[in-house]
Amino acid sequence: MTSSTSAAPTLGPSRNFPVVVPPGEIPLARVAERTLASGLRILAVRRAAVPTVELRLRIPLGVEPERPLAQELAEMTLLGETALSGTAERTRTQLAADLQSLGASLSVNTDADRLAVIGSGLAPELPRLLSLLAEVVHSASYPEDEVVGERGRLVAELGIARSQPAVLAREALLLRLHGGHPYGTELPEPGHVAGVEPSALRTLHRRVVSPVKAVLTLVGDIDPDAAVDTAAETFASWSGDAASEIPEVPPIRIGGLTIVDRPGAVQTNIRFGGAALPRTDPRFAAQQVANVIFGGYFSSRLVSNIREDKGYTYSPRSGVEHALRMSRLTVAADAATEITAPALLEILYELGRISVLSVAEDELEAARQYAMGSLALSTSTSSGLASTLSVLAGSGIGPEYLRDHPAALARVTTEDVLAVAASVLAPARLVPVLLGDRERIEPFVSGIAALDAQEPVLSEAEATRSV
Amino acid sequence: MLLAPDRTSPVVGVAVHYDVGFRSEPEGRTGFAHLFEHLMFQGSENVGKAEHPKYVQGAGGTFNGSTHPDYTNYFQLLPAGAFELALFLEADRMRAPKLNQENLANQIAVVQEEIRVNVLNRPYGGFPWIRLPPVSFSSFPNAHNGYGAFEELEAATLQDAEAFFDSYYAPGNAVLALAGDFDTDDAIALIHKYFGHIPARSVPTRPDFAEAALDEEHRRVEIDPLAPQPAFAVGYRVPNPVSDLAGYLPFVLLTEVLSSGDASRLERRLVQQDRSVTSVSAYLGTFGDPFDQRDPLLLTLEAYHPAERTAEEIQSAAEDELARLAREGLEPGELDRVRARLAATLFREVDDVLGRTLALSVFELLHGDAGLVNELPARLEAVTDEQVAAAAQTLLDQQKAILIIEAGAAGSGVGDEQGEAA
Repeated sequence: MTSSTSAAPTLGPSRNFPVVVPPGEIPLARVAERTLASGLRILAVRRAAVPTVELRLRIPLGVEPERPLAQELAEMTLLGETALSGTAERTRTQLAADLQSLGASLSVNTDADRLAVIGSGLAPELPRLLSLLAEVVHSASYPEDEVVGERGRLVAELGIARSQPAVLAREALLLRLHGGHPYGTELPEPGHVAGVEPSALRTLHRRVVSPVKAVLTLVGDIDPDAAVDTAAETFASWSGDAASEIPEVPPIRIGGLTIVDRPGAVQTNIRFGGAALPRTDPRFAAQQVANVIFGGYFSSRLVSNIREDKGYTYSPRSGVEHALRMSRLTVAADAATEITAPALLEILYELGRISVLSVAEDELEAARQYAMGSLALSTSTSSGLASTLSVLAGSGIGPEYLRDHPAALARVTTEDVLAVAASVLAPARLVPVLLGDRERIEPFVSGIAALDAQEPVLSEAEATRSV
Repeated sequence: MLLAPDRTSPVVGVAVHYDVGFRSEPEGRTGFAHLFEHLMFQGSENVGKAEHPKYVQGAGGTFNGSTHPDYTNYFQLLPAGAFELALFLEADRMRAPKLNQENLANQIAVVQEEIRVNVLNRPYGGFPWIRLPPVSFSSFPNAHNGYGAFEELEAATLQDAEAFFDSYYAPGNAVLALAGDFDTDDAIALIHKYFGHIPARSVPTRPDFAEAALDEEHRRVEIDPLAPQPAFAVGYRVPNPVSDLAGYLPFVLLTEVLSSGDASRLERRLVQQDRSVTSVSAYLGTFGDPFDQRDPLLLTLEAYHPAERTAEEIQSAAEDELARLAREGLEPGELDRVRARLAATLFREVDDVLGRTLALSVFELLHGDAGLVNELPARLEAVTDEQVAAAAQTLLDQQKAILIIEAGAAGSGVGDEQGEAA
């Protein structure tokens, strides 16, 4: 193991490069923690660089098996947009003004796995911030006129979102990967949103805004034990039922290349997706290193090849995303329409190369240091630490990950990287999707990658659009 | 050079800001300042092509560069042990970047792809940051497209790059800033070691970019073929943020009063009451950072709206609100709550070591006083209700620039559904 003592990548002897002093072990911040009888788990950490506090509340969501998925998605999305539009005691304006006077803001968003409340404020005002959050949890009122207004606005925003090629490309990839599973769509259909009634949101709120397995994370210029006490007291009367489970994700059908037509597009959005290992897998650290080397940072092979060497694209990248029931590897590059096929060829080449040939020691070393460094940098602010702890807790992983994961990275070998790349990054194990001007790209790309035999399954909105 | 040690996290931010932005690029070479920023990552005397990112990331750090109207910056955030490396790398490219034809051609292609992603292939691309300035301003520095025209990017030569470096990247035209976990004496010694021998060159005199306010309303209508719904932006002139900071700060608070959060004036009026817009925001500066730019700059009012509402009616409702603010002043407690949130936002920015490094540099570069970063909360505290109301009045009293974006993609697909439901 050379990692813990290594410097930057190998340097020529003639250059007087400064030596990089390797970071020592980052001391774990003490996490005060309590789980209430209701199931709510509270974590609090002191980090006092500035007098603010960060708040994250994560509530697991499930899918009601009897309800149509599209309806659930529409309601959940609108719930996120309107949860702060009034409570039993405050109008939307009063709630927003009262939060502001604490130097605070709250926002709510949802995905298939969870409802998340993200907030921050001036640290001395934490008790009052928690009270306002509890008020929303207990008595968000979804006033008729606010919901109707926000509903119309969400419909319009969805129209704008779906005019963005990056959004369309992601939707097309997810749909191709996961089909009718909740992970297959992130944006609701405008038509479904338009039909959601305020009463449905109140019902949904009672069903899903539950403390069972919920996690409240507080980080900032606070006394952690006192903060846990205050939070426990504030949320003492919150109760609810466990969320139903997210169904198992069906295996991904690999098949061939899917082209989603965007006539006249000057650029093609090239995407790949496939199954990846979760954080809890013993090979996870090796997978992270493999991804970094392939396309996970600027010094990756993908960027060196199709950006710095060939100038085909501005921001090619790969990454691993984690949902509760599956982890996903994605590759993305946007290339001008006329060079789509050459760009695709190079991406396939790099995927093939990393999955059959061992990476070099210096590549491994650089990627390892980068992975360790990014974890340290991302947890060096209160906001970053709160988000990291909250995300980990949502997957059942404790703060010890911040200590154990660097150690796991330090143990990764080039053999480990090859083994994991062969199963996760091999081109034949990934699904390619292109969003672009079909007429101009298909004749070229179809010679490099066989087109998928199945017609792409389009959602209603996409079907309308492609006419 | 600026040093701001803070040993709470084992992290260091290193930034170099050069006093040249796209306002300074020559006519016929639009986009050159940004293209040159790309070239600064292509290697220098002791650092090979693409090696700068490799060294920084291989030491566990992150890096980037960005081009603004008034400056170009290069920065890294690293584990503390790699901070000498960052000084070495920044010094090497300040002294002797390696500029060659192959890298120039390659980066022109990369920048063109960047422009396709951010402008040409998407709806509202470059709106309003590229599209509003030519309506608001008439001089080349203030009005032109900072991303650049494709043919002018393609016309860029090595000689242009050498000349640009020679005049604008002189050491005396730069600010070096360090924040985070380092020892001050060590840092000073290392800065001397790496930067000390870079020969001084003459620093170009920065032209005055001042431009008279509009003497009549300027209005332009453009069709965005990809936009599913219309949008508009209104540009207002504001006081000089450097020479008249005290006169400028009320406008900073005004934008917060107008559009920050659900309790803000324009959210309440346009989004909640009239339901005439999908979104609205009021902000200062080209990229929405009020402290990022010299004079002249704009206060921009930006809105996206359903096709059945007109820009005129929305704008007139917004002006009603400005007039009410100017006439009746603020509600009790309104300014205090806005200030409380702004203070928390400023704190959160500097909690990030890199955010702190950049803020210190920009204040030093534009104001000659990095310490202003720490004084801002107190300076904002001193602003009165009356000053904010008076700031609102100045917007009503001036001739403005209006850019209207018509939705070229409305009436197809999702656009239809949206119209029916909205």
